[in-house]
Formats: sequence, C-alpha cells, structure tokens
Amino acid sequence: MVKPARNQNPEDLRRPPLTVVGDRQVRTSVRGDRVFRWSTLLCSLLVPLVMLAIGLELLLSSWPAVKQFGWRFFFSQEWNPVLQQFGAASSIFGTLVSTLIAMLIAVPLSLAIALFLVELAPPWLSRTVGTMIELLAAVPSIIYGMWGLFVFAPFMADYVQPFLGKTLGFLPLFQGPPLGIGMLTAGIILAFMVLPFISAVTRDVFQLVPPVVKESAFGMGATTWEVTYQVTIPYGLVGIIGAVFLGLGRALGETMAVTFVIGNAHRISASLFSPGNTIASTLANEFSEATEPLYVSSLVALGLVLYLITYLVQVVAQMMLRRRYRAWSVGL
Amino acid sequence: MKLRPATGRRLANLAVTLWAGACALTGIFILFWILYVVLSRGLGALNPAFFTQLPTPPGVSGGGLVNAMAGTLALTGGATLMAVPMGLMAGVYLAEFSDDSRVGDYSRFSTNVLMGMPSIIVGVFAYTLVVVPLGRFCGYAGALALAILMLPVITRTTEDMLRLVPNTLRESALALGAPRWKVTLAIVFRAAKSGLITGILLAVARVSGETAPLLFTALNSPYWFRSLGEPTPNLTVTIFNYAMSPYPDWQQMAWGASLLITFGVLIITILARFLLREKNDDR
Amino acid sequence: MTNLLTSTQNMPAYSDTSSLAIKISVRGLNFYYGSQQALFDNNLDIASQRVTAIIGPSGCGKSTHLRVYNRIYELYRDQRATGAVLLDGANILEPQYDIMELRRKIGMIFQKPTPFPMSVFDNVAYGLKLHYSLKKSEMADRVEESLSRAALWDEVKDIMHRPGTALSGGQQQRLCIARALAVEPEVLLMDEPTSAIDPIATAKIEELIHSLKESYTIVIVTHNMQQAARVSDFTAFFFQGRVIEFGETQTIFTKPSRKKTEEYITGRFG
Repeated sequence: MVKPARNQNPEDLRRPPLTVVGDRQVRTSVRGDRVFRWSTLLCSLLVPLVMLAIGLELLLSSWPAVKQFGWRFFFSQEWNPVLQQFGAASSIFGTLVSTLIAMLIAVPLSLAIALFLVELAPPWLSRTVGTMIELLAAVPSIIYGMWGLFVFAPFMADYVQPFLGKTLGFLPLFQGPPLGIGMLTAGIILAFMVLPFISAVTRDVFQLVPPVVKESAFGMGATTWEVTYQVTIPYGLVGIIGAVFLGLGRALGETMAVTFVIGNAHRISASLFSPGNTIASTLANEFSEATEPLYVSSLVALGLVLYLITYLVQVVAQMMLRRRYRAWSVGL
Repeated sequence: MKLRPATGRRLANLAVTLWAGACALTGIFILFWILYVVLSRGLGALNPAFFTQLPTPPGVSGGGLVNAMAGTLALTGGATLMAVPMGLMAGVYLAEFSDDSRVGDYSRFSTNVLMGMPSIIVGVFAYTLVVVPLGRFCGYAGALALAILMLPVITRTTEDMLRLVPNTLRESALALGAPRWKVTLAIVFRAAKSGLITGILLAVARVSGETAPLLFTALNSPYWFRSLGEPTPNLTVTIFNYAMSPYPDWQQMAWGASLLITFGVLIITILARFLLREKNDDR
Repeated sequence: MTNLLTSTQNMPAYSDTSSLAIKISVRGLNFYYGSQQALFDNNLDIASQRVTAIIGPSGCGKSTHLRVYNRIYELYRDQRATGAVLLDGANILEPQYDIMELRRKIGMIFQKPTPFPMSVFDNVAYGLKLHYSLKKSEMADRVEESLSRAALWDEVKDIMHRPGTALSGGQQQRLCIARALAVEPEVLLMDEPTSAIDPIATAKIEELIHSLKESYTIVIVTHNMQQAARVSDFTAFFFQGRVIEFGETQTIFTKPSRKKTEEYITGRFG
C-alpha cells in the first residue's frame, strides 16, 4: 500500500515558522517552542536585571548618606558612628593600596606560572601543577582568613617585617612596629588569592597563540624566553590585560581574608605595616551592628563605590578578553 | 656582520626557566601550607560531640556545631534550588537561541560581570531587598544571596557545555519531528549531562564556602536550625565569629569547621573536574 | 665532494649527485610520534645551492622529514628522531649541537604566513636582533636588503611601521621569507610555502625561489607536482615515511625508475 507523501499535505504548508539549525531548516511545533523560547529568554535576562537591580538598590539605600555628606563622603577620613560622621577616604585608600600590593606580586607570579604551564613543563607535570594552582582558587576566602590571621600574620611579624624594616626601613612604607596584621599582609594574601585567576586565563591566552607562529620564532633560533617575551606576550597582550583586570576585580572586592588580617582601623597611614581597612572589610565588620539609618546608609554608599569600581574593572576585563581573538590574529 | 655571543641569551633563558619553576612551586607550596594548617589544627576539634551537639557558651567545654552544619546545608540547598533551574534555562537561551543577538550578547556580558561581582555586594543587595522590608535577618535572604552568586556560574557552564553538543544531534532529532523544547531537554541535556552536573557542582562549591554574603542576611544563631525564616546558623559565619573571639575552645571549634568546609569544597571541586575530564576522554 | 652513502640497504633509487657539493646528508633517519613511527630509515643528500623538492601524498612524512632539519619538532615532547642529519659534515641531531646556531643557519618558511605581532620592520629585524649586534643604521640597511631580496621592498617601504599582519597573504609570506633571509642563513626550508596563498602571489614566490638559489640551499616540501617540476633541481619522492626515489627533477618526472613514483606522478593515487 502506498502512503500519500506527507510533505504534500496542505495542512503542513500552513505552518510557516521555521527555525534554522546549522544550515538546515527544520519545522518546529509552534506553541510549545514559543513558550520554551520565551521562558529561556526571560531567565537569561534575569542576570542583567539582577545587575541593574543591585545598582539601583545600592543607589537608593545610600541616598541619605550621599545627601547628608555630598562629595565630602569620599574625601573625609572621619568615621565616627557615635557622632554620625562618615567618610569613605580610608576605606577607599585601603582598598586601592591592598589591591595594588596584591597586583604587584600576583601579576609577575601568574605570568611566570602560565609560562611554566604552557611552555616549560612536560604535559603530565603541567596538568598536575595546573590543577593545584586552580585548587588555590577553590579554597574559600574565610580559610585564607584563618590561615592569614593565625599562621601567616605571625610569620610576617616574626620574619618578613623585621627583615623589611632593617633593609628598607629608611622608606616610610616599611616603618613602624611589626604587628603582622596590616596592609602589607592583606596585600600578600590577596595576591595568593587572585593568582589562580590570572594564571588560568593567561594560560589560555598563551595557548591560543597559534603553534606555527611560535614555531617560526623558534625556527629563527629564539630561546623559549625570547619567544614568550617577544612573540607570545605581544600576541596575547590584550588577553593578558583582560586577565589582570579579572584578578584586579577579585582583589578589590575580596572580603573575608582581608577582614581577618587588615586590622580594621579607619585611618590612612603611610606605613604598610600599620592596620587599615578596605570597603569590603568595613562592610563585613560593621554592617550587622549598624542600627542608625544614616550609619547603614553610609555603609551602603561604601558598597555602591565598590560596586561601581568593580563593575568598571569587569567591563574592561570582558572587553579585553572578548577582543583577544580579533586583536592580532587577522592575518592567520 | 658581527655575530652576537649567545651566552647572555642562554643565561636569560635559564634564569626565566628557573624563575617560572620557582613561581609554580610557590603556588603549590601555599596550597599545601594552608591545607596542612587546616588539617593539623582542625583534626583535634573533630569528635562525636562536634557532629551531634549544639554550641556551648564560652568557657563551657564540649559542644558541637551540628546546628551550623544543618544550616549551611539548608542555605546551600535553598540557593541551589533557586539557581539551578534559572541558570540552566538562561544557559539554554544563550547556547540554543541567542545566535548573535544583542540580547544574548548583553546577557552573556552581564553574566561574566556578575561572576566577578564581590560577594559582599550581593549580600548588601539581599539585605536591602529582604532583610529591611521583613525587619529581621533570615535564612531566605542568605539563600537568595548565594543563589545570585551561583546563577552566573551555572549559566556560563551550561552555555559552554550545550555548545559542545554537535549540531547534527539536534538536527537529527528535529528531523524526526520532535519539537525544539523536547529536543533540548531530552536529547541535548542528556548529551551534555556530565558537563551540566559539573557546572552545578562548581557553583555549589563556590557558594558553600562563602561567608561575606551571609554576614548580614542569614546572620548566625547558636540554636537549632528550624527554618530559613529566621536567623540561620551556618558554618562560615561561625568560623568568623569564633575565630575573632578570645576563647581558645571557640577558636578550636573554628578550626574544626574550617577543616569541614575546606575539604568539603575541595572534594566537590575535584569531583566536578573529574567528571568533566571523564567526559572529555569519551569524546 | 664524494658521495657519502655508506649503507646500501633500503636505498632509494638514485641519480648521480656526486658531482655537486653536498650541504645536508641524511643517514638512517627514523622519526617517532610517541610510539608511532613516521619516518623509516630515510637517506637523502641535499645539494648545495640547488633547490630540492620533496613530494608525496599527504601523510607520507615529507613535512615531518623537513622539520627534523632544524629540530623544530623538539618543541613537542613526544616526538623524537634517531639517525644522523649531517650539516656540512656535523650531525645536528647530537644533543650538544648548538640549536640556536643551527636555526640561524637554517631558516624555515611555514605553510601559512606567520608574521609576528609587530611592525613590518620589527618582523624582519627580529632575527637580526637575536643573533647579531648591529648599529641602528646597519640594522635598517639589512632590513631593506632582506626585503629587497624577498622582492617585497617596493611594496612595503612606505608602510614599515604598520603591523606585519596588515599585509596581504602573499606579502606576509614574502615578509616571512625576508625575515628568514635577514639572519644570513645557508639553508632555507619551505614547508608548502604557497598552499595558503593565491596563484599570482604563488607565481611571485616561485620566481623568488628561483632567484634565491644562487646564494642559498633550498629544500621545499610541496604537494603540487607542477610546482616541484618548475622550481626544483632535485626531487625526492616520499611514500609512507620512506624515500622511494630521489634524483634530478627532470629524470624523476620523465622517466622515474620506481613504479610507485610513476603512479604518483601520473596521478594514479595521492
């Protein structure tokens, strides 16, 4: 028995919407698919909406403080819940300084690790070491805090800070009693925390450099270091900058580890040995205890500052990481 | 032309090689240092009471953190329940429908940005959104904050994993006349199963060690965990409070909790990576 | 120079190259990717200041063979070579052979153009800076000279500071040739240098090869038999990792002595 050819059924012809899958056009069942498609779209809009909502909420809740203090909020060092005087200067200063210390240590370290993983280590070693470095990122922030407070800070106080004081003590940066806790210790711990992020992305960037480009540099008699420095790094520069910004964003907003070791003092000090605070550590320490509306609002305003800074840093990082494919590879 | 002696170049290369190896060693050393410290200080706290009893006031010996363990599980579980369906669906949109649309680009971009948003900011957000209107700290606010942190991780890995599924699989299922949603949920999801589980596990690992977003949402509590509608005991905030206290037995407790959290998170992470590797070997 | 061939077993059919100076002689070369053997007892003599073409079906090991000459395969840890490759009589496979010097003497051109992420000038100056200490003016002279020899100078002299990647495909490939020439190599290895560029640019590069052979020893791997016939003086035919036949190009293409060679050249497989 011969069945009528199904595709000549006129009913089928009245079902127009076709979705393109790959290069083929396939008929879809309309209603179920439309519902499905729209619900996935809604879910994927959730993230931008949350981003926006966070920004708006922070702005609204910080409004009383912004109104009260105006621009003074950013430049005043005074933070006095009793007198209801709040200024963000020391928190912002501490955030920037601890991040700067972290990046100064983490960037060279991460680039070297990425170089080791991609160019120098044999595959089995590279895999093992790479996994361990990535596990460094999995260790929760609070564990870094525990380790930092109870083990690393005393280590800094007993060995590193006295040594720095003796050798570089003529600089105001390294003067003062070696307390262990403080800006320097916080910065170093931050460096260890962001290191896996920077080195993982840098490793990917290094691996994206086409082997044939590296080969032709090696083929001219260049050493591994020369190929890395003169070809691989320029080739992946945009991506590496992206990686650095990614780490920067992490360091700026890192909370618990810093809260444990920074000393939590609302003051700006020239010495890296002295205690300070960051935006995140101030929030962690004081938020649940804040009762006065202006106090809470000032804390939220600090949060808003952090939100804006990290947002910007992340935007730069994403732009860099997205462009890395297009940057130099046009000719290949 | 005058040839340049190569000795300097060789030395530079050797120096960089050694430096790079030293840096890698430093990273590994820090990891093992932390793990060693956590193990050696935390093991002493682990005893039956630690897993079965409530915390005691300072000075009273004994006691445990069973309430905080239950609370952490509940918070993480609640967050997972909220974030997984949303994250999976969002990932489906990005991988299956977005093509190169503006919306897709913007959503993907925001996902990446949210992934790098400090967790304490998300905590402040949950505070203003839930705690302020309700007038009290509660577990739901904490779970919400954790869910927001999980969402981008799940979305991203879902998109990546679904994109790895070959188009021919979709085509052949669609060619059989199956609707797109069935193809996605039944065929594509199944093909990407271990990848999706990896994404969820990584997200769980990420938030189960989080402290900052819980500080002023779920807060903490020395009592039995009853519901997410009230301040909820949890391990990480307990570690923070106890570590900052001057009492040695509380600090000891904090190390025990640290041990639990660290190895819990590491085991989940390693499991996730293992799953992914297995999957990759198949292909 | 006398023919250095000592082992007669597993020898390809040879035409006489003994009247010429030999730049590179390959003896008993085996090559392995991990445990997989890719080259089997290769023997070959590369005549000085001549063009030698290596032809054969894809996967026959011709590129692999070429990549031994400058030990570029060493970048990949599971690849290794045994046997001897004598450059002016010294075995380059000996570990103590200076690899940087080797790669200065032997330049390589790859299938796809590989401009480095820097300006046209810096691309050419790259190798010079590695191996020589030159004054600025000398450097500029050398760069110009190399670009002229690569027949690219007139096209790029006004855009020396544009990125090398901004040139067209054919120009990029000549840029790579100029870059290789700048360090004064003695041998040029070309691994299918025209497979990624258009016919007009290909013609230019073939012309270039012709003019370069006065001063350099050139080994070119190609899957294009017409190209081999046009540019080379000697041709080696590879099949399944073995040198099947080697001799003057004219002889190979007109009266090959092995059946397999004839089949390949007449297009019966490959």
